[in-house]
Amino acid sequence: MERIPILRMGSYLLVTIQVDMHDRLALTLQDDLTNRICELNAKGVLIDISSLEIVDSFIGRTLANIASMAKVLDAETVVVGMQPAVAITLVELGMSLPGIRTALNVESGMEYLRETVANHGASDDGDGTED
Amino acid sequence: MTVTVQKTETVTIKSSSDVVIVRQRVRVWTTEMKFSLVEQTKIVTAASELGRNTLEHGGGGSVELALLVNGVRRGLRLRFSDQGPGIPDVALALKDGYSTGSGMGLGLGGSKRLMSEFEIETNPGSGTTITAIRWK
Repeated sequence: MERIPILRMGSYLLVTIQVDMHDRLALTLQDDLTNRICELNAKGVLIDISSLEIVDSFIGRTLANIASMAKVLDAETVVVGMQPAVAITLVELGMSLPGIRTALNVESGMEYLRETVANHGASDDGDGTED
Repeated sequence: MTVTVQKTETVTIKSSSDVVIVRQRVRVWTTEMKFSLVEQTKIVTAASELGRNTLEHGGGGSVELALLVNGVRRGLRLRFSDQGPGIPDVALALKDGYSTGSGMGLGLGGSKRLMSEFEIETNPGSGTTITAIRWK
């Protein structure tokens, strides 16, 4: 079965969506990510959507669901790299992605995760993620 | 000025991977027609929403892409048809936040905003045809 790879870096999970996702693939990613958060006791999830040429209401909702589910499982989610044309279209479509934390690129997304997780009092295992 | 159709292509919508194919074909057409990147993104997003509607609410169907010419203006027409149950209340279906499916209820109203012209023909019991045009 087709899957989007989930990489682990210390207590964070990294996902780069590089394919034009059909709806079932998006739902598989949602399931896989929530399972991995539990298995690995992940504290943060970074989703890179810089290769996505569109985000429609289904993908938007899936991203919002992932962020909510992660939150319930005590993990923060940040979505990074949205293309400007995608942002313009999303807002016109009527979706401003409430509840989703975004950052312009992977670097600032990781910085946000590190700060947020540190503020929660969780220990940073510093797996190559320290400056 | 009369509108003439210069070329058409039909894509069948029977599964969620067909919706991906619809997005890809619409992307190719909008690129060939030299729509700007933002316009391309809007049209492809609308096509994705409407394609999903055809699949989920219409039980599958097809979309016809057509290149329209009206004098010096050119436009892309997308016509989604299905033989599903039809839309009982079009005004309600166009309202943001109204959903009977898995989306956010932004599909119809949202895609209407992304296109220049938008028309719904529906008959309870005999299907729905949604025509959306984006002029350049």
